[in-house]
This record gives sequence, C-alpha cells and structure tokens, in this order.
Amino acid sequence: MRAKLTDKIATFFIVVFSLLIVAVLVGLIGFILVRGLSHIDWHFLTSVPQTIREGGGIGPQLFNSLFLLVLTLIITIPLGLGAGIYMAEYAKPGKITGTIRLVVEVLSSFPSIVVGLFGLLLIVNTFGFGFSLFSGALVLTIFNLPLMVRITEQAFRSVPKEQKEAGLALGLSKWKIISSVLFPVALPSIVTGTVLAAGRVFGEAAALLFTAGMSTPRLDFTNWNPLSPTSPINPFRPAETLAVHIWKINSEGLAPDAAQIAAGASAVLVILVLLFNLFARWLGGVLYKAMTASKRMG
Amino acid sequence: MNNATFRTEHLSVFYGQYEAVKNISLSFPEKSVTALIGPSGCGKSTFLRSLNRMNDEISQAKIKGRIWIDGVDINDPGTDVIQLRQKIGMVWQKPNPFYKSIYENIAFGPKYHGIKNKAELDEIVETSLRKAALWDEVKDRLKQSALSLSGGQQQRLCIARALSVKPGILLLDEPASALDPVSTAKVEELITDLKKELSIVIVTHNMQQAARISDYTAYFYLGSLMEHDTTEKIFTNPEQQMTQDYISGRFG
Repeated sequence: MRAKLTDKIATFFIVVFSLLIVAVLVGLIGFILVRGLSHIDWHFLTSVPQTIREGGGIGPQLFNSLFLLVLTLIITIPLGLGAGIYMAEYAKPGKITGTIRLVVEVLSSFPSIVVGLFGLLLIVNTFGFGFSLFSGALVLTIFNLPLMVRITEQAFRSVPKEQKEAGLALGLSKWKIISSVLFPVALPSIVTGTVLAAGRVFGEAAALLFTAGMSTPRLDFTNWNPLSPTSPINPFRPAETLAVHIWKINSEGLAPDAAQIAAGASAVLVILVLLFNLFARWLGGVLYKAMTASKRMG
Repeated sequence: MNNATFRTEHLSVFYGQYEAVKNISLSFPEKSVTALIGPSGCGKSTFLRSLNRMNDEISQAKIKGRIWIDGVDINDPGTDVIQLRQKIGMVWQKPNPFYKSIYENIAFGPKYHGIKNKAELDEIVETSLRKAALWDEVKDRLKQSALSLSGGQQQRLCIARALSVKPGILLLDEPASALDPVSTAKVEELITDLKKELSIVIVTHNMQQAARISDYTAYFYLGSLMEHDTTEKIFTNPEQQMTQDYISGRFG
C-alpha cells in the first residue's frame, strides 16, 4: 500500500514538472511570437535599420547572423571532429588525456563576456583582425569547441566495440574504420552537437560586442568580391548580428518604433533557430540514410 | 602435426600480470574444424582472439611465444597486420553487421582491398551470401539495411562478410550461442560446408555442438591446454578424468 502511494506521488510530481517545463517553453515562444510576428514583413526582413526614424529593418543583421554561423561552423566542425576523434580513438588514458579533458571542460564554462574581452585584446587588437566576422567566428569557436569535442568523443565511444572489431578482422585500417564504420553510427549525435553549437552562435551577444562589432558597413548585395569592404561576404568587415542588434536597440535605440523592432527581431531569431534545427536534422537524416541505408536516423 | 601451416608454439597471453593463456602449443589441421571447449574464464576466447591479433587493441595484453600461419610469425614486427587479417575471418557471439546495406556489408572489405569493378563486386556478394546460405533470403533486398534482418540472418551475414575477403582461416567465437535452435542448426550446417575450403577454429560452450561439427577438440582449463585430440576420442574415451567430467556435464 505504501509503495503504491509513494509511486503515485512520485509520478504526480514528475508529470507536473514536465508539464511545467513545456508550459514555460510554450509561453515563452508564444509571447515572443505574438509580440513580434505582427511586425515582420518582407520590408522588415530586407531593409537597413534607421537610427532615428521609423520603419527600420534588420536585413544586414539577419544576413550577418547567418554568415557568422557558416563561418563559425567551418572552423568549429573540423576542429571539433578532429579533437573528439583523437580523444575517443587515439589518445591513451593518462595524464595528457586527463589534462586535455579538464582544459576542454574549463573552456566551456568561461563567462562569455570574459572570452569576448580576451578576443578583443588578442584577436582584434594584437593580431589585428579588427572588429570583424572572422574575429567573431574565432571567439564563438572558443565556446563551441568544448561542446563539439565532448559530443564527438562520446558519440564515437558509444559505438559498440564489436563494430570496430568487425572492421579490424576484415583487415581495414584504423582510419578507414573511423571514417566509414564508426562515423555513420556516431553521426546522429554529432548532428545534435552541431545544432547546439549553432544555437549558441545565433544567441550569443556579449562576446560579439567586442569582436564582431556593433555596426555594419553599408553593404552592397551586388558586390560579391570577398575582399571588398562593402561586400556582404567579406569575412574581415565588422558585422552586427541579430542578437547584438536586439541588445543595442533595446538599450540605446532612438527610433520611435524601437520596441517593435526589438520584438520583431526576437521573433525572427527564434524562428531562425527553429529553422536551422529542422534543416540540420534533415541534412543529418539525408547523410545518415546515404551512409547506412537505414530509413530513419536513430 | 608439428609442421602444420597454422599452429601456435608455446603461446602465452598476459593481461598485465595475469597469465590468461599458459604456454599453449596447438596445431590446426587444414580443412577441418577444431573446437575449443572449457569452462568460462578458461582462456579459450583470449586464445582465439590472439590468433588474428585482436588483442592488439587491449593495451595491457602481451603475447609470448609464436603463432605461425603459412610460415609467417604473425607477431613479428615485420608482419603487416592488415594483410594478415585478410587471411583470417572472424565471427563473434553477437551479430555485428555494419550499419550499412546488406550489399555494402559484403562489398565493403573487397572494395577496400582494391576491387573496384562493379560486376566483380556483385559476384563476390552473391558467392559470399550463397556460401553463408543467405542468398535466397536476401537477394531481393540487398539495398536494405543489414539491421533489418533477424538475429540469425545477421549472424549468417557476418559469416558472409568474413568470407568476402577470401580468408583461409575462420575464427568463430561462440557463433551460435545467441541464436534460436533453427538458426543454430543453419549455422552448424554452414560450418560443416565451409570446412571443405577453410580451416575453422570455433569456441563453443555447447558440448553437443562441438561433438556434432568438429574434427578435433581442445579442452582448456584455467588457461592451460588439458587435452587435445580428435573429437571422437575426446568424447568417447578421453585420457583425463577431468575432460571426461567436463564433457559429461559434471562441472563447468
């Protein structure tokens, strides 16, 4: 009788807590979307912001956020995969591995404003990359690498060791086993890691204030020369991202419709994260299917 | 028997300080089945795994003594382990097909070892699957995931995969102990067929199985080889009382 009662109470609380989390999430997304959606139209998404007049848009910021994501992932994914695979398959347990792991963990818990200042001193000033997308991408890599490394390592470790033995017994080289036998099995977790890392790129503001900067030059979307200062795809130009823009207009916006712009930009940001999530899962699913002949990623 | 092409010579395997396999000299005659039997923890699986250097993966494992295959000491530093393992197929207790299509599971090894011609690969896939008695069941679904097969089919697929690189030796580590009786019977039948072409070494806990399919039997106890003879002799009139007790189920 007592066991039954305890069980009921425990079940009750677990269900209540889960519902609470769902309610918070739905409430939050609902709030942001309800406040922001009405402000979103094609003009808002494509035009440049206005400083003191009404009717400014978020076009360059939207582009900057996406471009910064691409740049960051280009740096993070190879480094993260490489280090994660090293930790899982090559590193022998010992002092060095332990130290690497500790450094990686510490790195992931650094306050973003501190990493931003570090980026300002080292990447922006000392290395002379200035306020640029590239500086921003490097700083975001500092955040994302630990996550990417840990997730990759765990993904490879959780592949059944029988898979590896089967490869060895067939006379495959270690690299062939890693790239063709283990990687497809580890892929779903790696996709999850990438999605988490991407969320951070979209959402980070503090560290980007000092590295990618708070302004965007007047961009000419017909200029695709990556070295031209007005080209959107020049990685060495300053770039205010959507998250930084929201922070800026909320704290010092002079336009009369600043509150609506912030609300609209927030809604766009949330939708962007959701869309990227779906896109990454779709892409992962296609890759997984191509490599494993399975219908669903799982 | 001392000039057999596949044999071990005073082979010991250590895990750190622990001697899991003690000074074993054993020959495996060509085109026959040798069964390794003995209670759990007697070192028979460790012994089997050392035959294709699977113990390389365990950092504390150390080998003493020699293993000869076709006149080559397989633990010699000059031996190419990748080439060596092509000559030795291995199948485990738990089916472990790759997360790939049925076709790709078989074609993967040969492709890696340099066969690019599609027709030739198709041929290898069909022959290997036929030899593993799986072809008729899967020929219409070669593009499907290997994980969609039943456990027994997966195990035969693993045998076909091992055969795809045309090994001369097949190592089987309790290949049927996770299968139902029907699948077990199929795998046993398969082993009897395959020995026409290969030398087979099988670890088994199932005495009837050892008696049914093997030509020679080696009885292991606490890391030592207690008795080795033809299966008929071991099962009807073993030299040692201990062997007699084990095979008749009095302990182990």
